[in-house]
Amino acid sequence: MKRFGIVLAAFAALLALGCGAKAPTGVKFGVFEPMTGANAGGGALEVEGVKLANELYPTVKVGDKEYPIELVISDNKSDKVEAANAAQRLVDKDKVKVVLGSWGSSLSMAAGPIVQKAKVPAIGLSCTNPLVTKGNDYYFRVCFIDPFQGTVMANYAVKEVKAKKAVIIREVSNDYSVGLAKFFADSFKALTKDQNSILAELNYNTGDQDFSAQLTEVKKYNPDVIFAPGNFTESALVVKQARELGIKTPFLGGDTWETPEFIDVGKAAVEGTVFSTFFATEVPITETSKVFLDAYRKKYNKEPAAVTALGFDGYLVARAAIEKAQSLDTVKIRDAIAATKDFPGAAGMITLDENGDAAKSAVIKTVKGGKFTYLTTVQP
Amino acid sequence: MNKKNKTWLTLGAAVAFLLLLAVADRFFDAFTLRVFNLCAVYMVLALSLNLLLGFTGLFSLGHAGFMAVGAYTCALLTMSRELKELNFFLTPILPWLRDLSMPFLPALFIAGLVSAFIGFLIAAPALRLRDDYLAIATLGFAEIIRVLITNFQPLTNGAQGLKGLPSYSTTYVVWAAAAVTAAFMVLLMRSSFGRAMKAVKDDEIAAEAMGVNVFRVKVTSFTVSSFFAGVGGALLGHMITTIDPKMFTFTLTYNIILIVVLGGSGSISGSVIASFVVTILMEALRFLDEPMDLLFVRTPGLPGLRMVVFSVFLMAVIIFRQRGLMGNKELSWDSLSRAGLRLRRRAGGEGKEGPNA
Amino acid sequence: MTQALFLQHLANALALGSLYALIAIGYTMVYGILRLINFAHGDVFMLGAYLAFYGLALFALPWWLSLALALFVTAFFGVGLERVAYRPLRDSPRISIMISAIGASFLIENLAVVLFGGRPKGVNVPTILNTVVNFGPVSVLSVSLVIPVCTFVILAVLLWVVNGTKTGMAMRAVSTDIEAARLMGVDVDKVVSFTFGTGSLLAALGGILWSYKYPQLNPLMGMMPGIKCFIAAVIGGIGNIRGAVLGGFLLGFIELMTVAFLPELSGYRDAFAFVLLILVLLVKPTGLLGKNQAEKV
Repeated sequence: MKRFGIVLAAFAALLALGCGAKAPTGVKFGVFEPMTGANAGGGALEVEGVKLANELYPTVKVGDKEYPIELVISDNKSDKVEAANAAQRLVDKDKVKVVLGSWGSSLSMAAGPIVQKAKVPAIGLSCTNPLVTKGNDYYFRVCFIDPFQGTVMANYAVKEVKAKKAVIIREVSNDYSVGLAKFFADSFKALTKDQNSILAELNYNTGDQDFSAQLTEVKKYNPDVIFAPGNFTESALVVKQARELGIKTPFLGGDTWETPEFIDVGKAAVEGTVFSTFFATEVPITETSKVFLDAYRKKYNKEPAAVTALGFDGYLVARAAIEKAQSLDTVKIRDAIAATKDFPGAAGMITLDENGDAAKSAVIKTVKGGKFTYLTTVQP
Repeated sequence: MNKKNKTWLTLGAAVAFLLLLAVADRFFDAFTLRVFNLCAVYMVLALSLNLLLGFTGLFSLGHAGFMAVGAYTCALLTMSRELKELNFFLTPILPWLRDLSMPFLPALFIAGLVSAFIGFLIAAPALRLRDDYLAIATLGFAEIIRVLITNFQPLTNGAQGLKGLPSYSTTYVVWAAAAVTAAFMVLLMRSSFGRAMKAVKDDEIAAEAMGVNVFRVKVTSFTVSSFFAGVGGALLGHMITTIDPKMFTFTLTYNIILIVVLGGSGSISGSVIASFVVTILMEALRFLDEPMDLLFVRTPGLPGLRMVVFSVFLMAVIIFRQRGLMGNKELSWDSLSRAGLRLRRRAGGEGKEGPNA
Repeated sequence: MTQALFLQHLANALALGSLYALIAIGYTMVYGILRLINFAHGDVFMLGAYLAFYGLALFALPWWLSLALALFVTAFFGVGLERVAYRPLRDSPRISIMISAIGASFLIENLAVVLFGGRPKGVNVPTILNTVVNFGPVSVLSVSLVIPVCTFVILAVLLWVVNGTKTGMAMRAVSTDIEAARLMGVDVDKVVSFTFGTGSLLAALGGILWSYKYPQLNPLMGMMPGIKCFIAAVIGGIGNIRGAVLGGFLLGFIELMTVAFLPELSGYRDAFAFVLLILVLLVKPTGLLGKNQAEKV
């Protein structure tokens, strides 16, 4: 009988899940982020931005009613199966009007068909894989995409570093790294007009900690610049081990490097590394940037990460779209988001193109004196 | 209970099941339906692992690898040319794969066959090893499969993964698969081959002495298990409509092991029931990761608490009630009627003096 | 390949191999006694590293004191783990105890996520261990010079304990036949606890040294090293301490030298360890230094 008791309890839970739909009160925004698992760090940063925006702009006005905006945070556990469940839960149970997220393009892609079917618009904050928005008219993003970022770094490598030969070290199990590496390679070869200017492409896997073999090879090639777009967890170690081996070549990377842990782990070794990102705290690009920076500094007493600014922007774009549409109908909200033009976000002006991607300027930063320091801005 | 009654009961149960599916498909909201269908997919996977773990006594940790093979095979065979071109935007796909595309059922079957074939190739060397070595060797094979998928971009699109898989895993499809798998397992275990497997699990040397070709039994069991693992992986892929190599890690295998152990390794009904319980609890316990109000104390969200609770469950079951929910007994009409009789006797027997009072 | 380059690759391989060897010793000791693949070994490794880090970060202890304390706390944790998760299952089928090990591993990892947070932390490596030492064209981190010394010292100490002391004799007895040892009056529980404690201490030491060489802590940092070091122990002959050291060095070599000679295969690096394992298991299942054990009916 005890066994049956357990079985009955499980079915009761299922029914509770199935029948527990409540009528929505305020306006709900779904926050679809990895709070646990491999991508927990990035997810937490984006949620910070969204929460801050919610504190500063907690309501939205439709008609003559002021609706409070409620955030529903659904953890996708950095796992695709969970991501599908989390997204489904947000659109079905919580009846959110907009989904914000996720950090990690593969997780956003799991949510793609779900938001499309439910006709709820989703705004990606920092996922840069072109496939997230391609073919999905309900997914947008407030950041640039990998093809642009790769070109930006290639330009920097050729024009500023005056590099003629490069070596690429990529995280072969990370779609972001593989994509960015390819776009960089294509641009670099075109700019140097030399099909052999990429001397080698070395790989490592997520979670690896020893790169001595790959880096010793790099030493053999003696390139002018090394492009190592990978997650900050491994990249910090890559740079450190490179310096230990006596490799003095400049390192270039992508936006995933801009986290406090990159400097915390890399320490002195990552001085002088250069990377592209979405946002610089020294150069407030718009009025919204100032508001964001002041509020963040006051609350957390430290400098924000770029993806936090993007989280902030995603929330604002969604809220502005609802006000423009003057309706709580998700299809109309979606149309309003698609028409976003010259919206002043904390991380720059946002105009969404026909794919739902934002054409935004990239900011190039370096590590100087143990801090992220702004170098220059690159227009799209 | 005689055979005729049992047959009527089984037919009745089948009809009731079909009705339940129809109701679920129409009336459940999308989220509940998704969880419900996920139970079916996990059921297929749990049954396939139980065949190895519970019935043949082989400790294999490579399940995720076979799931990956099945998922990728089915995906690559069902995606249209345009979809493939959309996905393979970094490195073009292998030419002969580009135009290859077929309907779902044949693709699913082929996915299972390819998985089974890979299982067969792996079984030949690996099954000569003892329990613990077998575990690490199979884990190794699963990792090798994953590394190959990640690196060989023209075939699998590498880390980018595949998206836009047509969503063929509808309610009827996945539950049909689960029902077929369960029925197959029941028939297999009742056959002489099933008895041979159990003999191998209990005592290999005795079985060999009795004339059972132990190696052949193990390889067959492994191959069949891989077939269903491949089918399960394909169903999972077509349910989420996107796959990438990072899905198929050891954690996925661990989730399936959890289900098998909780349900009772060696019991088909145990795996069936546990698939429901674990999948539902995984979602129902989501609140553990969020801030909770425990009377006077408000705990901040502790992400990861959900998995801690599950691990504690697994440990508790394995240490205190190793046999899991069902042990190695099965739910059958006989046992149900006996339970019914016991209930009636208890209700009617209160206050009466029993013969041995 | 130039000579300088080859020497550098060799130095890298020695550094990594000695680290693998150190951790493999702990694995092999536990397996030798209990015939158990302690999947949680990698997580004990992770705990040791975290404890040393917190000793420094929270209590501002000098690094060597933090290290010593971490070792002892982790050793006790290992003993506790054995008591709770493995002892009740000692007379059960092997599959149960292996599942318990996997469960324990996941439990510790997820607990670490809840307690320490999922985001990686940078380690403050003491300066003497963090300097680059140059031998001509070859550059080596100073901690990489310390590790092989540690490994060989520990190897010598353990060999002396196992072969020259009474406790060691008890360990060998339990590892040969646990029932017979019990009947001969050996306190099996105590021997097992001692072995586990020592194994965990070694794992913690390995973890802390690992975190000095690769100064990044995250709750899952022990998974891959754990599996690789188990492979190293198997290659050398599981249950054999010398074999573990040999296996560790061999694994380090093959992993790095394959990438050195075939850099296009750098993405497949993890797979090499598994391929090597499978080859060894097929050709000589008892490992390079293992003895053939006939199975009694």
